[in-house]
Amino acid sequence: MPAKASEQRPDPDALLARVQQEDARTRRGRLKIFFGAAPGVGKSYAMLEAARAQKAAGVDIVIGYVELHGRPDTEALLDGMEILAPQKLEHRGIVLAEFDLDACLRRAPTVVAVDELAHTNHPGARHVKRWMDVEELLDAGIDVYTTINVQHIESLNDVVARITGVQVRETIPDKVFDNADEVELVDLPPDELLQRLQDGKVYVEEKVRPALSSFFRKGNLIALRQLALRATADRVDAAMREYRDDHAIRETWAAGDRILVCVGPDPLSERLVRAARRMAMALHAEWFAVYVETPGLLRLPREARDRVLQTLKLAESLGAATENLSGESVAGEVIDFARQHNISKIVVGKPSRSRWRDRLRPSLVDEVARNSGNIDVYVISGEPGESTIKPPRLPQRSSNWQAYAKAVAVIAAVTLLCDVLYQRIELSNLVMLYLLGIVLVAARIGRGPSILAAILGVSAFDFLFVPPRASFAVSDAQYLITFAVMIATGLIISTMAARGKQQASVARQRERRTAELYALSRELTQNRDIPELGAILTRHIVATIDGQAVVLLPDEAGHLLDPTHFCARGTPAKTLVRYPVPGNDLGIAQWAYDHRQKSGYGTDTLASADAIYLPLNALRRCIGVLGLRPTETRQLGVPEQMHLLESFVNQAAIAMERVQLAQTAQAADTQIASEQIRSTLLASISHDFRTPLASIIGATSTLLDDASTNLDKDRRRELLHATQDEAQRLYRLVGNMLDLTRLTSGPIELKREWVAMDELIGAVLHRLRDALASRDVVLQIPADLPLVRCDEVMIEQVLFNLIENAQKHTPPNSPIRIAAKAWPAVLEVTIADSGPGLPAGEEQRVFEKFHRGRREAAQSGFGLGLTICKTIIDAHGGQIAARNLAEGGAEFRFSLPLEAQQPST
Amino acid sequence: MNEPRNRVLIIEDDPQIQRFLTAALESHGYVPSCAASGAEGLRLATLRQPDVVIADLGLPDMSGLDVIKRLREWFARPIIVLSARSQEADKVSALDAGADDYLTKPFGVGELLARLRVALRHQSERAGADAQSRIEIGELAIDFAARRVQRSGVDIHLTPIEYKLFVALIRDRGKVLTHRHLLREVWGAAHVESPHYLRIYMRSLRQKIEHDPAQPRYLLTDVGVGYRFADG
Repeated sequence: MPAKASEQRPDPDALLARVQQEDARTRRGRLKIFFGAAPGVGKSYAMLEAARAQKAAGVDIVIGYVELHGRPDTEALLDGMEILAPQKLEHRGIVLAEFDLDACLRRAPTVVAVDELAHTNHPGARHVKRWMDVEELLDAGIDVYTTINVQHIESLNDVVARITGVQVRETIPDKVFDNADEVELVDLPPDELLQRLQDGKVYVEEKVRPALSSFFRKGNLIALRQLALRATADRVDAAMREYRDDHAIRETWAAGDRILVCVGPDPLSERLVRAARRMAMALHAEWFAVYVETPGLLRLPREARDRVLQTLKLAESLGAATENLSGESVAGEVIDFARQHNISKIVVGKPSRSRWRDRLRPSLVDEVARNSGNIDVYVISGEPGESTIKPPRLPQRSSNWQAYAKAVAVIAAVTLLCDVLYQRIELSNLVMLYLLGIVLVAARIGRGPSILAAILGVSAFDFLFVPPRASFAVSDAQYLITFAVMIATGLIISTMAARGKQQASVARQRERRTAELYALSRELTQNRDIPELGAILTRHIVATIDGQAVVLLPDEAGHLLDPTHFCARGTPAKTLVRYPVPGNDLGIAQWAYDHRQKSGYGTDTLASADAIYLPLNALRRCIGVLGLRPTETRQLGVPEQMHLLESFVNQAAIAMERVQLAQTAQAADTQIASEQIRSTLLASISHDFRTPLASIIGATSTLLDDASTNLDKDRRRELLHATQDEAQRLYRLVGNMLDLTRLTSGPIELKREWVAMDELIGAVLHRLRDALASRDVVLQIPADLPLVRCDEVMIEQVLFNLIENAQKHTPPNSPIRIAAKAWPAVLEVTIADSGPGLPAGEEQRVFEKFHRGRREAAQSGFGLGLTICKTIIDAHGGQIAARNLAEGGAEFRFSLPLEAQQPST
Repeated sequence: MNEPRNRVLIIEDDPQIQRFLTAALESHGYVPSCAASGAEGLRLATLRQPDVVIADLGLPDMSGLDVIKRLREWFARPIIVLSARSQEADKVSALDAGADDYLTKPFGVGELLARLRVALRHQSERAGADAQSRIEIGELAIDFAARRVQRSGVDIHLTPIEYKLFVALIRDRGKVLTHRHLLREVWGAAHVESPHYLRIYMRSLRQKIEHDPAQPRYLLTDVGVGYRFADG
């Protein structure tokens, strides 16, 4: 059944993802993990055994790093294996041994065994974590054997901590475990493990022995073993599912779920993220982690905001897409986001808080649940210990004594006014005046002063005006209500005013960011030069983040070059100073460029640097790297700043790619244009070549013909003359073409010398003496013509072409006038004839390249000759023009610049 | 012809030009022989002892310039160089290396024969007695002993430098003299890089010697190469 068949067809997207994954896998090395429930189950032993077996099978395998912990049986397995020497890192005077990534990459074995995947590298190593080293090995196509315990898996970390009470800090992202090609469970029943522990076969550091004794309880071990078995089973399950997808076996429709987890500043969030991740894995769903920044949350202390950042990072490392939203209401933003992104499940935390507060204000959980519609809401409850963090109270502006003095002054003024008006208006209206004063203080000055103003106002009113006067005694209990209203009004108004200011400042900040981005993008679109774009980018970045910024561009081989575009706040944008990039930092930048990932401070790679390097990633390639060394590295920790920075970099990268593409397109255009010129040239000269060749072949074949004996002597001479003339014509044509090629193929090299123009004219006339024999050549050349610095041979050619043209294009016996004249700054030569002149309107076009190509005139070489003249004169910085004379005939005129001083003799 | 027939060695790799030269020279009473490479040319020069060598500047095995230098180590008779157009620099270096004259391809037979005649006459003059003490060319008369130059019987006053230049040109009349050669001869080795001296003195010399200095009859310019005194 066709309908059924189509249902059974594998989802193309899923299949494509699989193929891509497989593709990447053929290039990447394979990762095999020896997986255990707890330390001491024998992972390293199993790994080394496997390594020995590989070695025996002839595989090129080396031991990258193994922690022996003094176990003799494990050590025995190393016998005969190739072991990489560890690198020595010196940190604060202590020499630490560390797996040598670079040495391993250089050695490039087929397989490398590296113990303890979750290990945190010592400072100074390239990556923060060993699993990153392993990733790089895999990228380089090297297979890796490694070991790991269940508590090191990020998403299981908190579960393990709850079971054992021991928090493990060294974790690996789940994706590393999930993407491993093979996971071998090294299983040991808890009793045997405890036995090994008692026999002292498990290495335990002295200082953590007390903590571990609680860790190695049988109950714990059983639970850990269960976790490890389940994690392995999940993997088997995933492999099974993959197989099913591949073979179009689909019983359940699992896809379609999208999970959203709301992250906040409280410690509970981390657990929420892990829970969401487990849920997402179980459902094979996409998942998102979202943080909503409300004006209230903006006031949180730095540590709390850092924790949010950490939680988002954790979520990212667990495979979530993370988002930073901002708005007034957390619930509103979350629901909006969920609807936009088709979320099916929302995970929120339920912090433990007192019941009465719940009654007073709806919690986030309630709000989300109420508005979620058809979206499922999962509530994860917190533990009593994990108290939520409350945003601090609104900052008390104007806490200094001046503000309070102002409050006192306002109340004093009101009191004076009241004293004047007393008896004339009613007491209740006097109260209104006091209220007005309190409102003023609350709105303009602040909360504390407003409370002071309220108390003072109430006291003054009571003491001075409420009967009995000059006493705090109150005759009428109703005045108590008046007092309460005055104080409450002060509090409410001051709170609202403060909040309004807060919101305005948030809005201002956001506006500033938007404006910055807009300004950048506008400047970027106006420029067409990549270094210039780099300068713009650095200028905008240091305007936002105080520090030094630089754009590093690669050479053709992809090596980043020392930068020339450097910008620090306060320096002119175009200052060309060598940016102080130490050799090491250039390496960090190169890494960012090669891997298209950020590196340096605040990233996972080479975080010990004090600058961050962001790749300028465009759609098709990485353009270069932005280096930023902030004066205060803390600035990079602020998520908004980081986002802004990344937006800047992205915009610039796209602009730069656009410029690159435009340049490529332009080069292609130029090539096309020159191809067109070439074909025009070919078309135009083929005619000029064929005509004389036809005459030559015709004349010579006639002479060689047997019947040629019939020709009389004069006729034979005539044919021979024709052959010679046509050959001369071909020679001129070839010469012109060669000259033109030489003159237009690159910069013209002029051999400038002092030259006497009269002498050159004389030489040309001598060369043309036969052709000009019948002509009246009129010369007007002053005897004291100054010498001119020019290329003698080239200028002779100009004269030759112009005089020959005058001779060829005019009737025999018509005169030719040649004049030379020195003006203050130029030397001008004029060649005039009395011929038919130039076609009207074409006086200037005669110098254009292949001008004659349009019309096939009888005389050949005309167009090229004049183009050569113009090229030569232009190269000398002179001018050439043609015009028709009023009395008939054409006149060509060229001028060459004269030197200010003639040479001394 | 009673005159001993002059032997001409042609060093030229193009067979068509060889053929044309051979035909033209034979029909005018010369005895040509041909070499298609520089090495063969050098070998034939020792073997045949030609009266004139015509050498192409572009040869397959070695540069024509090297051929001239090697020949000039022992060969004292005239060498005429063949070159393509726009190789002014090559012509000048060939002349400086010891060639007597050059011909730019393509050239006609008339031009070739004229150059050969000039070269051979110089050879015989050099072989014969010292330069004559008096020469008459057209309307010009030069008395070397009296350092006197006349045009149509009228004395022409030349400055010492003009006279030196004039004598240098006329002694090798018909032969092109490079700028360097003339500068060294007239002004001394220190001034070979000051060609504007030549331009200025040539102009004043022309104004004194020529009827129409702008269209000279005697003092000819070889643009980019040098000057020659028109022969005959």
